[in-house]
Amino acid sequence: MSREPTGAIVLRGLTLGYDRHPAVHHLDGTIPPGALLALVGPNGAGKSTLLKGIVGEIPCLEGRIERSGLADAIAYLPQAAEIDRSFPLSVLDLVAMGLWRRLGPWRSARPHRPLLREALAAVGLGGFEGRLIGTLSGGQFQRALFARLIVQDARVLLLDEPFTGIDGRTTADLIALVRTWHGQGRTIVAALHDLAQVRSHFPQTLLLAREAVAWGATERVLTPHNLTRAQNLSEAWDEDAAVCARHGGAEGPVTAIGHDHAQHDHPHAPDDAAHDHGHAA
Amino acid sequence: MIDLLFGPFIEFGFMRRALVGCLALSLSAPPVGVFLMLRRMSLMSDAMSHAILPGAAVGFLVAGLSLPAMTLGGLAAGLAVALMAGFVTRSTVIKEDASLAAFYLISLAGGVLLVSLRGSQIDLLHILFGSVLALDDPALWLLGGIATVTLFGLAAIYRPLVMECVDPLFLRTVSRAGGPVHYAFLGLVVMNLVGGFQALGTLLAVGLMLLPAIAARFWASDLSGLIPVSMLIAMLSSVIGLDVSYRADVPTGPAIVLAAGGLYLISMLVGRRGGLVHRLFRARHLEA
Repeated sequence: MSREPTGAIVLRGLTLGYDRHPAVHHLDGTIPPGALLALVGPNGAGKSTLLKGIVGEIPCLEGRIERSGLADAIAYLPQAAEIDRSFPLSVLDLVAMGLWRRLGPWRSARPHRPLLREALAAVGLGGFEGRLIGTLSGGQFQRALFARLIVQDARVLLLDEPFTGIDGRTTADLIALVRTWHGQGRTIVAALHDLAQVRSHFPQTLLLAREAVAWGATERVLTPHNLTRAQNLSEAWDEDAAVCARHGGAEGPVTAIGHDHAQHDHPHAPDDAAHDHGHAA
Repeated sequence: MIDLLFGPFIEFGFMRRALVGCLALSLSAPPVGVFLMLRRMSLMSDAMSHAILPGAAVGFLVAGLSLPAMTLGGLAAGLAVALMAGFVTRSTVIKEDASLAAFYLISLAGGVLLVSLRGSQIDLLHILFGSVLALDDPALWLLGGIATVTLFGLAAIYRPLVMECVDPLFLRTVSRAGGPVHYAFLGLVVMNLVGGFQALGTLLAVGLMLLPAIAARFWASDLSGLIPVSMLIAMLSSVIGLDVSYRADVPTGPAIVLAAGGLYLISMLVGRRGGLVHRLFRARHLEA
């Protein structure tokens, strides 16, 4: 199932947000193909927003995301709360959704049955094919969603807090799966809260607090100094924030009305030594 | 028994026509209702049935009691409300139920105004309670056509529609089908309500769409069961309702919906999946 990695995801002066207020602010960097990148930061730091931006779910307020040749190769695992689990759908059908790009609305999924069963077995849900998704426990449901990711066979996987509320054993199983994907040369970006997990499994980390506090090798990013700085960056929206004066110069004429600023005196470049944008693969 | 249930249909042509029309509607409306119920949009169909009124009224003002004119008017009004509500939902912060409520209220008020401008009370009653015992050939063709289009349409959008219901975000990340599928589904809802308003009247058009779907929930657990069971319940309601309406000389529309309501109550009591009686006498739980 492995593929030759080609595309990188490049963020250029990326600002994402809601209602003109930036949730991700002037982010620059490259996610190289095959990266195993952890996205760390306090609540409200813009981790989910960044993932939604990369997958194209929300538009850029400013700047852009280059994902040449990856448009159809990105799989995205949102926080589970956004799925209607009361819908009477079997686990097999949920996993079969991952075949959409290959089958579209009409082609039969029957020839792919073995693939679906393999995926379920790989996440430890063999024998659960006929169960309704509403009868699964939280951990089993997350396993089913990982099975869907396996079936999607995407080159880039964006995981939004995939292990939140999941017990240790299931987490260990799913992390093993993530490492397998990494070994197959896929790009993986995961928003995470458990720093021990990040330190032991993710070679690269982006510490986010709306802006990149630090981006690079995990041990150089997750220093007490950086973590304190990330925590201190204000979470609140400032309703009276001024319009951001920092527009990308190379972007041509500025068409947007500009977005607001929460802090008026933010540093214009992250002043950290670990700011090497993850080129070391 | 056969004679008790089917006697009037064997005896009278107009009863047979009514039965055919209702059976056609029983094939198309319940599956649509199943999806509405699962998307927690049950009451949306009620709102839509009101939204149809001004279109039908305009048709009535222009052409009198003419089926094509009132049908076209109803379709146009219903689709306009569905499209505008869908557009507002997808492009602003307003949620679907709120935007639909806004547009259907505007539409309903306009409809009542139009009807009162020209029509008498009797005309309004006719629109509200339907004319199932006076179905002519064009009306039967219309109901048959709606059933055909609905079943083929649902088959065509089935997979993306289910995905849009369960995990709309996932569908958006893999395909652009979400929007068109949503609008196509709303179109099917409107079409069936217009069909229902021919057979049962606007007020009760929702009945055959929703009651069988909700009742089916007590008998089947997934879509492959819900859809056929809901069709079966709708057909049974049609036969019983028509029969009762003939024998007791009561209006047909309410009789059919009350029959569906009765079947719903029975299902709620004795249904295999979560029915009240089964809750009272629960089977012993299993070892694992």
